[in-house]
Amino acid sequence: MLLAILLIPCAAAVASLVGPARRAPAVTLAAAIACLGLVIALVPAAAHGTPAAASYLRADAVSVIFLLATAFLYAVVAVYAVGYVPAEHEADDRYARRFHALFNLFAASMLAAPLMSSLALLWIAVEVTTVVSALLVALEDTDSAAEAAWKYVMIASAGLGLALLATIFLYYAGAQVLGEHFNLAITSLIATGPRLPHAPVLLAFMLATLGYGTKAGLFPAHTWLPDAHSEAATPVSALLSGALLATSFYAITRFYQVAAATLGSGIPRDALLAFGVCSLLLASLYVLGQRDVKRLLAYSSIEHMGILAIGVSFGSPVALAGVLLHVIAHAAAKGSAFMGAGVFRIKYRAKEVPAMRGGLEILPWSGPLFLMAVFALSALPPSGIFRSEFQIVAGGLASGQHAAAAVLVAGVTVAFFGLTTSATRMLMTRPARSLGAAAVVERGEPSAWLVVPMVACVAVLAVLGVHPPGELSDLITRGAAQLGGRP
Amino acid sequence: MDPAPGVYVGVANALAAVMLLLEFGMLRQALARDQVRLYAAQSALISVLAVVIAADRGLPDLYALAALSGGLKVVAVPYVLRRLLPGPPGRRGPGWLSRLGQDPAGWRRRDEPPGVAGSHTLSPASAVLASIALAAFGFFCLGSLRMGGLTVAATALAIAGAMTFVAFGLMIIRRDVASQAIGFFSLENAISLAALVVAAGLPLILETAFLFDLLVAVVVFGMLIRAHHGAAGSLSTADLTRLKG
Repeated sequence: MLLAILLIPCAAAVASLVGPARRAPAVTLAAAIACLGLVIALVPAAAHGTPAAASYLRADAVSVIFLLATAFLYAVVAVYAVGYVPAEHEADDRYARRFHALFNLFAASMLAAPLMSSLALLWIAVEVTTVVSALLVALEDTDSAAEAAWKYVMIASAGLGLALLATIFLYYAGAQVLGEHFNLAITSLIATGPRLPHAPVLLAFMLATLGYGTKAGLFPAHTWLPDAHSEAATPVSALLSGALLATSFYAITRFYQVAAATLGSGIPRDALLAFGVCSLLLASLYVLGQRDVKRLLAYSSIEHMGILAIGVSFGSPVALAGVLLHVIAHAAAKGSAFMGAGVFRIKYRAKEVPAMRGGLEILPWSGPLFLMAVFALSALPPSGIFRSEFQIVAGGLASGQHAAAAVLVAGVTVAFFGLTTSATRMLMTRPARSLGAAAVVERGEPSAWLVVPMVACVAVLAVLGVHPPGELSDLITRGAAQLGGRP
Repeated sequence: MDPAPGVYVGVANALAAVMLLLEFGMLRQALARDQVRLYAAQSALISVLAVVIAADRGLPDLYALAALSGGLKVVAVPYVLRRLLPGPPGRRGPGWLSRLGQDPAGWRRRDEPPGVAGSHTLSPASAVLASIALAAFGFFCLGSLRMGGLTVAATALAIAGAMTFVAFGLMIIRRDVASQAIGFFSLENAISLAALVVAAGLPLILETAFLFDLLVAVVVFGMLIRAHHGAAGSLSTADLTRLKG
């Protein structure tokens, strides 16, 4: 089953590239839904055990939670792409083939990362996500997209260089205890954590946090993120934001587990708190002044990665459970928001917030769904993000981190103002035709394919917020225990 | 008083020092193809160091790694880079790139020499001084950690730290896509040096995967360089200022 999760999107990539362009969306959709089904089928097994295969694949509870976020987004965005690609690149078969091939490869690499049993293989999977997604950004074939792709590949690759250095130092630390033929297995490193030498583990953790943090959008190496997210095609932006950032954060959690086992939780938590608070505050302030709707959402992603880092730094079981729930809820909310922004772009042929007016009237489905996604990102109840952030703040207060919890609430509140101000301008102003403007936008949705996945995301957010399924709760509880260093 | 270093440690340190000098050379080169040559020379030294460590420590896997690394980083990567970097005016680009979807007209639309001179953001003296400061910082950062025992060439590890910082400096100081890409690849060489010094026993399969991953990255970098050159008509990154805020 684990191998199938990797092979299906790879096969879909090949089929999309060599087959007829008109079949590529169907192939992608079938692959994505199959992957989601397989990952959901993994949930009960991972909630009570650790499925493994082929000596290099392993799915514990933490892995499966990140897999769920990626597989869900892969599926809903595949539905969205059926309507999006023809709307933006009509009758361009070459673009469609390449888009779907790279899209499937991108999903395969993101699904591979949490399944890898070794930190070396994890690094390779994350590096593959970079090269494939940089090509996806550049595929848009505009000057801005070329600029964004170059900045992305340079900054992210440099960050991953540091992450590779971190991996090598951790190998050095592990080899002192486990011998030179040890293969950087995550479980071995965690199990032998207390016996590992401190200096290389500390160095590895700091380099990994900075290196993988570059790809996760953590301050100070977040600068590629708004550019790449805003210039990529909307389905790619949704995957970048909801899945890729989480995948990179997953790598940080693995280094955190090893570092906490070796050094105790003090230094690793302090480091994550510093990165998290800086990211949250910077992103919240940038959200306030954004005019480009996709850049606005990109800065919101940095904010949410900051929240994840702060949540892990709190360390209490309830905060860690909140972090893992937040990974899934953020994927659904950010996916929905980006897909809504994409519908606005198709409808208004613009990316600037002031150019989009009367969204609630012009887009009878996408308008309200976008609003719900923005409310969810702002942690308003009853969304899953409200529940997850509530748990993180409660965990922070329970562990005595009152100042950090207060900063978190303040940052989220500032971001709420930024997000809702822009959303209000887009949705609740009078449409251009009411003002007698030249550019009249007709009422109606561009395609049902663009609406259905947003409905799915909002439904998932509601379920996560009101009553998460029992198996998922068990999985999150087990994942929080693993992340906290308990069996 | 520390004992005198053995032959292995001395050779490792000497090779590392030469690699650092080559890194400085890349920083100062005015032609992209000369930077590629220096990168190939630096990569060749990595292979030599792998052979030295293999002989000293009895690790036969490292011979295979040295051969593979040499084949990829001394031959394949420089070849791919030379093919992907824009050539002299009037010369057509390779056909397979055109088939990858790049604009073949962009290859001919060149009104600049293929050099990257003048892409410094600092004056030559300031660039060298900044690089020396970076190298010193990296050297003392890793050198002060005192990792490992007798088998580890601590100075070579510290030089790997210096190379890492100078490679970052190269990416920052030079405002052209070719130098920035070479900076990234030489960063990977610095990491390879660190890996050989502290993680020589890393399983061959993983080292091989790292190397092929590098090759894929080289191709993607090359394609993006071509795309940039096709769009901007130069290798300079000075005009990459559309995306702000």
